[in-house]
Amino acid sequence: MLDFPLWKKISLWGVTLLLAVLAVPSLLGAGGLYSSDALDELPQVNLGLDLAGGSHLLLEASEDDVAAQRLENLEEAVRLAMRNAEPRIRIGDISTADGQLSFILDNPGDIDRARGALEPLIAGQGITNEWDLEVIDTQRMVLTPTSAGLSTAINTAMEAAAEVVRTRIDKLGTREPTIIRQGTNRIVVQVPGLEDPEALKELLGETAVLEFKLVDKDALLTNVQAGIAPPGSQIFPYAEESDRAGAFEAVKRLGGIRGDNLTDARPGNDPQTNEPVVTITFDSQGATKFAKLSTENVGERFAIILDGEVLSAPRFNEPILGGSAQISGGFTADSAAKLSIQLSSGALPVPLTVVEERSVGAELGADSIRKGMIAMLIGSIAVITLMIATYGRFGVYATVALAFNVLILLGLMAGINATLTLPGIAGFVLTVGAAVDANVLINERIREERKRGRKVIAAVETGYKEASRAIWDANITNFIAGALLFWFGSGPIRGFAIVLVIGLATTIFTALMLTRMWAAGWLRKTRPADITI
Amino acid sequence: MKLLKLVPADTNIKFLKVRAPFFVVSLLLIVASWGLVLTQGLNYGVDFAGGQEVRLTFEEREEAPIPELRELVGGLGYGSPVVQTFGADNQVSIRVPLPADVEETPGAATEIGNQVIATITGEFADARTDGNDTVSGKVAGEFRQAALLALIAAMVAVALYIWVRFEWQFGVGALFALFHDVSLTLGLFSLFQLEFSLQIIAAILSIIGYSLNDTIVVYDRIRENLKKFRKMPLPELLDLSINETLARTVMTSLTLLVALLPLLLFGPESLFGLVAAITAGLFIGTYSSVYLASPILIWLGVTSDSFVPQETDIERQEKAARDRARGQV
Repeated sequence: MLDFPLWKKISLWGVTLLLAVLAVPSLLGAGGLYSSDALDELPQVNLGLDLAGGSHLLLEASEDDVAAQRLENLEEAVRLAMRNAEPRIRIGDISTADGQLSFILDNPGDIDRARGALEPLIAGQGITNEWDLEVIDTQRMVLTPTSAGLSTAINTAMEAAAEVVRTRIDKLGTREPTIIRQGTNRIVVQVPGLEDPEALKELLGETAVLEFKLVDKDALLTNVQAGIAPPGSQIFPYAEESDRAGAFEAVKRLGGIRGDNLTDARPGNDPQTNEPVVTITFDSQGATKFAKLSTENVGERFAIILDGEVLSAPRFNEPILGGSAQISGGFTADSAAKLSIQLSSGALPVPLTVVEERSVGAELGADSIRKGMIAMLIGSIAVITLMIATYGRFGVYATVALAFNVLILLGLMAGINATLTLPGIAGFVLTVGAAVDANVLINERIREERKRGRKVIAAVETGYKEASRAIWDANITNFIAGALLFWFGSGPIRGFAIVLVIGLATTIFTALMLTRMWAAGWLRKTRPADITI
Repeated sequence: MKLLKLVPADTNIKFLKVRAPFFVVSLLLIVASWGLVLTQGLNYGVDFAGGQEVRLTFEEREEAPIPELRELVGGLGYGSPVVQTFGADNQVSIRVPLPADVEETPGAATEIGNQVIATITGEFADARTDGNDTVSGKVAGEFRQAALLALIAAMVAVALYIWVRFEWQFGVGALFALFHDVSLTLGLFSLFQLEFSLQIIAAILSIIGYSLNDTIVVYDRIRENLKKFRKMPLPELLDLSINETLARTVMTSLTLLVALLPLLLFGPESLFGLVAAITAGLFIGTYSSVYLASPILIWLGVTSDSFVPQETDIERQEKAARDRARGQV
């Protein structure tokens, strides 16, 4: 029990010092004692928003929106597949009600060919089908989403959405945002130091789906204002900022293009009117499509639609072949800049709404840390005094071990880039408590064994052995509790649990191994006949 | 060098002589706590209730001008606000009742929060904005559920581990002690209508941690003594175990107390609720280990046989065979 070969001593010291050194950047940085760029490069404990100040947004996508979007895409794909079949399969009465796509074959004899054409659409990439196909009355085909297909779609949409959110925030130039997916349909965004998240919310709140659709010039103005769309057309309102706010425009459903294929979007000013505009650049695929659309429709008007609102409806004066276009629509310099960011980072595949929003003032955090430091300093002095006054030399071992415990805990947290929050501080307090208790248990036991008449070395040995059992049991139980809290709990509870779980491991290490090594070394060297404890 | 001894060497306090009355009082307190929680409810913060909350500090003042704030914010036309201090007397949280239509749209609710902040900072120059939180009803509901689930799962798992390491009676005892600690804490929060937030859950978890630590230390000594003194009556053995660990209990609690007190007195206001709850939990937890977790073992009929290795059938047959062989010689 008290035998420590050299290799063991070296490895214990090695691990201890290595992990303790890891804590140094965090202590200097987060403690506000020192700051430099070099220091920022080193691994540090992140301070949670409740300590450092900043904004927290929880964004949620509606699963219904994803489903609706997916149904719309399917409709496009089905129309295309039927049109491209040789010979063409004629269909009609297409409906997307109740989350299903249903249509009628003009000629029931086409049923097998239609099945064949739909096959690649419904199979998807996974093992299970993405859609279930049902045929009613020999000629109506109904496609229903499978749950596997839907959840894959939601997952893909959220993956993409998180990516778009990241790009948009990066372009805003805020520092070190945290963007993580949570659950099936949520994204957490945390931006330290940002106290007013309004700009951020505006940037993230809109999907920025850009569409170019031909204006239906045959539509009657009165019908359009009344919201009655001619067959094959749909009606969009003008955006509030545009110079025709309040008016509506009827556009052709088909034949437009979406602004997905952009390589760039920049704010600028129109050379003639000096009005703020956004200049977009298509990629080669988009440029081809746009060239085709403009060539075929010279002289026609087309609507530029953003998120279901018409920005403007200019005329194709000539074919646009260069692959870039200028969008105007009553922008201010700010809104043009915002739209540029949104367009160049891609459209959100699904709208996101803010379901939780928090902002914490940075001064509160700094104040908390300063006062916390002072209080912990006073507390530490009191604990050290009490421990040394009670256990003498063994109290010194205990307090040095306690100091290493805190350092190693901090070092490990820095190493895994964990975040320290207010509840995490409660975890620290609990860890210190457990560590103090472990040392007290050992030392009280040694006292007891001495009193029962054991010799010094035997007493220390038995003390460690008997106390270890309770220490292990207590720490494992708390460890189990901590692990479950991490598993089931939400944000702040997790912040507590992570500190607790790491802290219990470091407590076992420092209280049971380090102090024993020191005590053993001293006993072997001096072989005292009696000890004061 | 003379070292400090807080507890004399051989104490022999009959702790469990008064176990019945203490137990009854504890049961009554648990019932009263739940009665309070069920009738009066908990003062859920924005985390659990959902809605809008603004936090401010009045830097130049000792005390926040609460009546003025009520009037000022009430004048905005959203109904009468809940204004309460937390941590220090110059720190307030303000909750405005939300119109029904903005309840589910956090964006609009945050607007109201911003309006409250602007109104107050316009009137009071020393008001510093510490936070502006909006939580939708759905998310708040999920927070409540997650917190409850985490608490229950942790408590049950802990009881199972103790059952495996000790005996089932110990598992029940520990679980009951934890239930007592959590109930009383909830009762206190309900009685004083203190704001109950996610942070407080962290405090309750710390209380559970301390209490568990304490219970296991006492249980460990009981287990040891059960093996050592097989003939000793259980109440006497429990008293012995508690007395033997008394020095440790006092020392640990005192050490923690000297670490917590500075945090309570000089620490950040934002930690006050947390630290206060942990400090209260220190006492509740120590009490429950001695007066609930231990005597419950008597009533559940723990015997020293539990920890003596049981003979298996084979061992018994071998022993019988050895005895026979010995008889023949």
